[in-house]
Amino acid sequence: MSELFIHAKDLWCSYDEDDLRVPVLRGITLDIDRGEYVAILGHNGSGKSTFAKLLNGILEPYAGELTVAGVDLTSPDLSDDDIYALRREVGMVFQNPDNQLVATIVEEDVAFGPENLGVPSEEIRRRVDEALATVGMSEYARHEPHRLSGGQKQRVAIAGLIAMQPSCMIFDESTAMLDPVGRREVIETFEKLNREQGITVLTITHYMNEAARADRVIVIDDGKILADGTPREIFADPDKLKRAALDVPQCTSLVHGLRAEGVVLDGEPITPEECADIICRALKEKTNG
Amino acid sequence: MKNISLGQYYPARSPIHQLDARMKVILAILYIVCTFLCKNVLCFAAIALSSILLILISRIPLRTVFRAIRPIIFIMIFTATINLFFTKGETLLFSWWKLQIYMEGIYSAVFMVVRIIVLILGTSIFLTYTTTPIALTDALESLLSPLRVIRLPVHEFAMMMTIALRFIPTLTEETSKIMNAQKARGVDFSEGGLIRRAKSLIPILIPLFVSSFRRADELATAMECRCYRGGKGRTKMTVPHLHVRDFAALVLMIAFGAGIVMLNRYGFGYTV
Repeated sequence: MSELFIHAKDLWCSYDEDDLRVPVLRGITLDIDRGEYVAILGHNGSGKSTFAKLLNGILEPYAGELTVAGVDLTSPDLSDDDIYALRREVGMVFQNPDNQLVATIVEEDVAFGPENLGVPSEEIRRRVDEALATVGMSEYARHEPHRLSGGQKQRVAIAGLIAMQPSCMIFDESTAMLDPVGRREVIETFEKLNREQGITVLTITHYMNEAARADRVIVIDDGKILADGTPREIFADPDKLKRAALDVPQCTSLVHGLRAEGVVLDGEPITPEECADIICRALKEKTNG
Repeated sequence: MKNISLGQYYPARSPIHQLDARMKVILAILYIVCTFLCKNVLCFAAIALSSILLILISRIPLRTVFRAIRPIIFIMIFTATINLFFTKGETLLFSWWKLQIYMEGIYSAVFMVVRIIVLILGTSIFLTYTTTPIALTDALESLLSPLRVIRLPVHEFAMMMTIALRFIPTLTEETSKIMNAQKARGVDFSEGGLIRRAKSLIPILIPLFVSSFRRADELATAMECRCYRGGKGRTKMTVPHLHVRDFAALVLMIAFGAGIVMLNRYGFGYTV
């Protein structure tokens, strides 16, 4: 039985409270269930990061309805304590790994969140060890963050959230500044959290290959939702994505290109493996027939 | 650039390293008091011996220790000279034109030099060499926490220190990146007079400042997202405990102070 976790209805948001003529979000309506793995795709300036920042109360919408983890963020009597309670449920990992680590030692940084929550010392110790083990950083517990690689720093940041035991994690372009190895480390970490612990994962990205791995893709363009569906549905329509200044994954575009040249291929691949399969099958049929 | 170490901390496993940082702050203060209690040759000999003993116990190489003294050699020579020529006494040893050196002057010069060296050694062995900057910050937060009663933002101060320490390597790395970027554009940092060189720092400082503000903003958001709202209701993962060895060290230090006071009575020669 799925349970509604994020409910947004006709959300409008602007960075300039006095000037609402240039809203960044122009009527976002969507529902996300607990435990979903959702990728939010969008071009630079599309409003995808703005939407993410609404979800844990960093920014406020000026119109519309927004309920996250049972907290009504548009209610007039929303208190600081409500936002505080929400932030322990909804954790956020940012783009620059350097600008979100607070302490000079890895395990102290992981402890920062639970310390803020007032968790007892022995419990913090247990949570920190567990969190570091989950992201595979146990051996670096006593290291200084500035000696770690980008991917390792992001994993420490994720461990810092795990230690707060949230039910949802938002990755705001957390892989954008990483090399391919670091990117894979981070993606595998949050996919594991989604699979094994049922944590709702929202990843905000402009990498198609990353979005293709999610269960559901939401495309935001110019502050509005352009498309919402499974990766297969979304990438089946390259023209629509092109209008949002986005591309389909390279493998999808290869198959579409071949088809346009008259090659008979069936299926809509979204991963390189599927693509290779389809082409192999087509080649085999050609040699047989 | 990734290997810059914070402060002068020298990692080793010595009895002094293992002491609680709060106790080390107290011990350092008491040790400073001891150096000012010294009044005669015996006392100064005792305190000089004690600091040699401290170096041996802390297992810090002599070369590292003397690096702490190097910057103050000039001050030492200056103080020694002043004391040597301007201390008037009874036993005149040497006189030429208007310069007179008395026995007391020599004593006083030697005392001052010993006192300065012991002050520097004592504080660096107890604080900077054997205590990590972060442990020192935590110790100060804990020792100053009673001042919260008079609304002194002790936690906020410690937090600022921690973040500053955390960002020193990051900003150092960034500085070298900016310098390389500007060098690639033809900026020369090594030529010209003082003013020209200072001017060539502007294209480094401005981007560094801009990026620091951006970092500060992002870090503040990240901290808010992790439920930070000041020191209120905060717990700590590692709560430091005072051990028997900490109290033993305190007793030793007090006994040492008492010994100095005793020695003051049985001294001979010049007394300050």
